[in-house]
Amino acid sequence: MKFGVVIFPGSNCDYDTYYALKNVFKQKTTFLWHKEHDLKNVDCVILPGGFSYGDYLRSGSIAAFSPLMQEVKEFALRGGLVLGICNGFQILLELGLLPGAMLRNEKLKFLCQFIHIRVENNKTPFSHQAKKGQILKVPIAHFDGNYFASPETILEIKKNSQIVFRYSDAKGQLNEEANVNGSAESIAGLINKAGNVLGMMPHPERASEVLLGSEDGRIIFESIIAKLS
Amino acid sequence: MKVRILVSFKDSVLDPQGQAVKNTLHTLGYSSIKDVRQGKVFELELEGISKKEAEKIIPKISDKVLANPVIEKFSWQIIEKG
Repeated sequence: MKFGVVIFPGSNCDYDTYYALKNVFKQKTTFLWHKEHDLKNVDCVILPGGFSYGDYLRSGSIAAFSPLMQEVKEFALRGGLVLGICNGFQILLELGLLPGAMLRNEKLKFLCQFIHIRVENNKTPFSHQAKKGQILKVPIAHFDGNYFASPETILEIKKNSQIVFRYSDAKGQLNEEANVNGSAESIAGLINKAGNVLGMMPHPERASEVLLGSEDGRIIFESIIAKLS
Repeated sequence: MKVRILVSFKDSVLDPQGQAVKNTLHTLGYSSIKDVRQGKVFELELEGISKKEAEKIIPKISDKVLANPVIEKFSWQIIEKG
């Protein structure tokens, strides 16, 4: 089993993600360069957080057109596991692998803080080690995380149980205050209909060791590892 | 030929930045400003193609690259003939 972490110009969580996979979870991990067409036979592609291309045009939009992303799209359509974290989520939306789009945070502030998310769907390759309703304490760091989709798309997403994580308070209650960026349906993590592509705004790699303030992000990587083993 | 493309949020999408600008204008006393919507302007210089070809290309690239059709709409005009 091998993980691939994609590097775009402006990625800044690429090494954090690589470190978490390689050193914390002891997995074979390789970097993938955005200009290449080679996915190096990885079993799971991770699009890390950061500010690819300086967020020019729209967050994630330019990265979505990179040569490697066309391969990632093919890989995803063949059923390969793809996890987009933060900017990676934005790229997946721009690429059309996930429905909807990101708007600037409702209160127009860059948010960098620990928040809580509630596991809404634990029947995915990325969340099956968690319990439904489990609360995870994980950090966010983004400006454009205010998820938006048309009312028809929201209905479709709900019907297919595509919401994997929702912003909640520490007790698991959904409310306006907990929904820090103003996302529709408090969406923090969304999976595609086929169930192999997940986008999430929080950073599980930054919550994979006690030293970092939380280990709650581990469950996402542990789910993927268990699924691929 | 020069083309100007205007990209803005669809009417169904809230524009908090536009709202913030509106509030500032109100603070400054311009109470007649009813609403503000913020957008982006692109100016493209084209060469070696006819107006007819440009009319085909511009909506395509606007839809595919310059605007995100989930949240944005676009309009365009030729501002300099070439």
